[in-house]
Amino acid sequence: MLAHVLLAACTGFGLIVPAGVLLARTAARPVVAGGGTAVLGVAGVALGVQSIRAGVVPVRIGWLLPLSGAQFGGDALSGLFVLVVGAVAVAVGVYLIGYARDGHLPTAALAIIPGFVGAMLLVPLAGSVTTFLAMWELMALTSTVLVLTDHERAACRRAGLVYAVMTHLGFLAVLVGLVTFAAGVGSEVFAAMARDGAALPPATRDAIFLLTVAGFASKAGLLPLHAWLPRAHPEAPGPVSALMSAAMVALGVYGLIRIDVVALGVGPGWWGLTLLVIGATSAVYAVLQASVATDLKRLLAYSTSENMGLVAVGLGAAMLLRSAAQPAAAAVAFAAAMLQVVNHAAFKSLAFLGASTVQRATGQRDLDQLGGLARRMPATSGLFGIAALAGSGLPLGAAFISEWLLLQSLVHAVPSHSSTVALAMPLTVAAVALSAGLGIAAMVKAFGVGFLARPRTAAADAAVDPSAAMVAGMALAAAACVLLAVAPALTGPLFAHLDGVVPGLDGGVRWGRVLELSGLRGAMSPLGVLAAVAAAALLIAMSIGLTRRGRPAPTTVPLWACGAGPLTPRMQYTASAFAEPLQRVFDDVLRPDTDIEVSHLDESRYMLDRIRYRRQISDAVEARLYAPILRVVEAGAHLVRQAHNGRLHWYLGYGAVGLLIALVVAR
Amino acid sequence: MLRHVDAGSCNGCEVEIAGCFSPVYDIERHGVRLTASPRHADGLLVTGVVTHNMRQALLDAYDATPEPKVVIAVGDCARNCGELAGGPGVAGAVGEVVPIDVEIAGCPPTPDQIVASLRGIVGR
Amino acid sequence: MSRAADVGTATQIVLAVAVAPMLVGVTRQTRARLEGRAGAGWRQPYRDLRKLLRKQSLRPRGTTIVFAAAPLLVAASTLAAAGLVPIVVASPTTTRIGDLFVVVGLLLFGTVTLALAGLDSGTAFGGMGASRTITMAALVEPSLLLAVFALSVPVRSTSLAAIVTSVAAHPETVARPGAVLAGAALVVAVLAETGRLPIDNPATHLELTMVHEAMTLEYAGPRLAVIEWASALRLTVLLALLANLFWPAGIAIHNVSAPALLLATVAITAKLVVLAAVLGGAEVLLAKLRLFRVPELLAGAFLLGLLAVTTSSVLSVNAS
Repeated sequence: MLAHVLLAACTGFGLIVPAGVLLARTAARPVVAGGGTAVLGVAGVALGVQSIRAGVVPVRIGWLLPLSGAQFGGDALSGLFVLVVGAVAVAVGVYLIGYARDGHLPTAALAIIPGFVGAMLLVPLAGSVTTFLAMWELMALTSTVLVLTDHERAACRRAGLVYAVMTHLGFLAVLVGLVTFAAGVGSEVFAAMARDGAALPPATRDAIFLLTVAGFASKAGLLPLHAWLPRAHPEAPGPVSALMSAAMVALGVYGLIRIDVVALGVGPGWWGLTLLVIGATSAVYAVLQASVATDLKRLLAYSTSENMGLVAVGLGAAMLLRSAAQPAAAAVAFAAAMLQVVNHAAFKSLAFLGASTVQRATGQRDLDQLGGLARRMPATSGLFGIAALAGSGLPLGAAFISEWLLLQSLVHAVPSHSSTVALAMPLTVAAVALSAGLGIAAMVKAFGVGFLARPRTAAADAAVDPSAAMVAGMALAAAACVLLAVAPALTGPLFAHLDGVVPGLDGGVRWGRVLELSGLRGAMSPLGVLAAVAAAALLIAMSIGLTRRGRPAPTTVPLWACGAGPLTPRMQYTASAFAEPLQRVFDDVLRPDTDIEVSHLDESRYMLDRIRYRRQISDAVEARLYAPILRVVEAGAHLVRQAHNGRLHWYLGYGAVGLLIALVVAR
Repeated sequence: MLRHVDAGSCNGCEVEIAGCFSPVYDIERHGVRLTASPRHADGLLVTGVVTHNMRQALLDAYDATPEPKVVIAVGDCARNCGELAGGPGVAGAVGEVVPIDVEIAGCPPTPDQIVASLRGIVGR
Repeated sequence: MSRAADVGTATQIVLAVAVAPMLVGVTRQTRARLEGRAGAGWRQPYRDLRKLLRKQSLRPRGTTIVFAAAPLLVAASTLAAAGLVPIVVASPTTTRIGDLFVVVGLLLFGTVTLALAGLDSGTAFGGMGASRTITMAALVEPSLLLAVFALSVPVRSTSLAAIVTSVAAHPETVARPGAVLAGAALVVAVLAETGRLPIDNPATHLELTMVHEAMTLEYAGPRLAVIEWASALRLTVLLALLANLFWPAGIAIHNVSAPALLLATVAITAKLVVLAAVLGGAEVLLAKLRLFRVPELLAGAFLLGLLAVTTSSVLSVNAS
């Protein structure tokens, strides 16, 4: 009953808050929109918790959607994702109150953001195919409009177009897949589909699997359908990027789990392998792009792709392992994937909010133009530092724990039964290890070049910390990051009931102060690591303090310039320079477009006037995969245009031929 | 640990200093090493007269060295401008720019002299 | 048992702390002797540290708390790692806090903080050092993880205690192809992680050729002492890891009585000194690689690691 009240509250708020924004006075709109979103988020969190604890009894609202009616319901899995979306919405909502002040966001965007959040909250609670698709499309449409907020710039319009096309192609794939599924089972209710899904003919299951994976992977930003992500995230306003990257992308993962891991039942080994390969490629490729990106938000967008890749690796490993009848290791892999989703939501919302704060304060998001923010925006910098630590997979950071679990599940994958597993696991470990290493490079660059050192432009020099509301929004997300990093035990209850929802898992992780794998050997204590490092630091600081006697007093001195006079900020390493060695190493994959232009003085060829270095890294997958496809489509369109010759008898002829074909096929 | 500053030397002293680190003299056995940054150094090993161009650099290097620190003037040029006294680019001897603690005479001083003098500072 | 194990853990932390500068001294002394010099003796790093601790601390203008805190964090994370690695006792009481992945992660944490400090100083060389360090770390960490993984697969646990105990019980397993390949990858990774030749030259004075040193150019006095000691400790931890993963002879496994601890302490010290001397000797024979050839070496290590994991994984299929 409580769950239904909360469900009604979420739906209601999702409708009322946008209306409220439109009706409110201009000055009050940010507060209404931000506060409303935060309240909506709180309701979502409550609903998520309730759904995890006790589930949401299915309700059918016949009048809401034509033909089939809307059906809502939830279990532990939906609850987890509702909780994630709600929590992100709380932080973003609070942040929005400060961000949208001074007309920084148009009213349309302010009104749509709560609607977008509402749609996202309802996606995991959809109990039937129609409802799911309706909410999915509502989420896609609202987010498209939000991406286009800044539509006066061509780059933004282009990003909006790419996003709209890709998200709808994904929708199409999901639609066909789910309709086939529903037709095969004879019911469009998820519960019935989960019951009978495993009994479908293998060919149908395979087709459904491939279609839905394609659709959901495009939403989750997995290769090769990721191209919208590094375009749309940087162009959308900050809070919207945070919502899209932390919450919406996770719903792609929800779709994968709901349909391909849960409803279709335990599948053949190659399903898991497919997901594993997609995830591993995405993780490595995206992190490589992130480590050479100089646009802060583009970097974060690629990092989203990377993290979702790791989630897909976890899911793929879980599927592969349960096909190989290793439920314990599968459970650990699944837990790793889920924890990664939660961690990613926490640190990516924080990172995007931090990036948007920087962009608001300096007008820049190019790392080469930033620097020195740590002294000018201490709060923002500190909070971004927490996000970078949490996202980099270093100990004391949240992502370390999920990556640790993922590696553990791979160690414990006993490859006694299948040589597929024996070969897939090492390659997966390599991919995970490589993406972990490069992810650190990306995060060090984002934080080190963007926030430390000295300002590279006047705009960065003049930056100041933002309003209290924005800091509070970020602080909420930061608190989540810290809690997840030191006390993952708190997240244990979130995953406790998943075993009942996902078939083929057994055991998993014992969440205590020490993380233990049940049934497998392996333990790690994030709190213990923190305590050890803290104790060591204290010990060292004390011994340094003890030797202080007789030491001359410390002084402040100018930077050592190797005797070459004062150092200017131009002499610092930029983000491009920082990533240059990596770019050189991975030249073959990244295929950068570099150009060195040397001009001489008129007097002598041996005297240089200036050297201009230009580098551009475009998405190689986009250039090499999408462009040919688009060319083929264009050629096809040309062909079709030939048929449009404007003569009536030709058109009648087409109709006749079409009818004949239809009759032959239908016979 | 010393930071070597060439304030305007003819490189004669440099050759002799390099000689000190060769297997024959091996000044490193007395714990003397050259550093990459004056921040790591306990003193400056200054050679040559101080030219106008190097004056500020020498001062910077002096300021960048943490206390307690010593300045060692190597060679006659560093002590009293030697051969180059009164030259057009010369700002003065090292002692006129930064306070000197130890002087090593010679044009150039032999590695033996440098080693002996540095051992006096290091104490081994 | 637990009290005795605590004593063992404490012993090994103290040992690592105390022995670290000596290993640096031994490598330098070996080098000096092989180059025909007398050398400063293995005690020189201790004198250097004592001297640095008495010197003035300098705060470069414009740096933030990151610069100030980095030495402490580097040293603390390395010290924490020293507590987790089996040095004297095979299963220190800290076994449940962290396994091999945590040790690798903690060492990387130190690298990253130092790189951030290099960037924070805002000098050209600081940024350069940070960029190079991070590039190498990004390539070394995967090889390290793979090598670690290859050693974990046969034991089915990433717990260091489990691996060392298993190798001690069956020393012949070290000769397995997977372990040999992993060992080769681990050696390259250790060289890179500790900034030794042919990857980085710890004795260079030329800023342009620096990797690790370039980040510490702005540090002076006690902070420099902490950094130097931390990098010595990192060398100790990695060498001890290498020694005990492949040759755990003498380590106190079940019996953690005083004589056993003493024996283990002597054994590991001897092993470390031998390894340090070998390291110093090898450095005389090696030239530093060109910076942009280094990734090729590291990629080689990565492939060795991958091969190691694949071999041990596939072989364990056939075995079972």
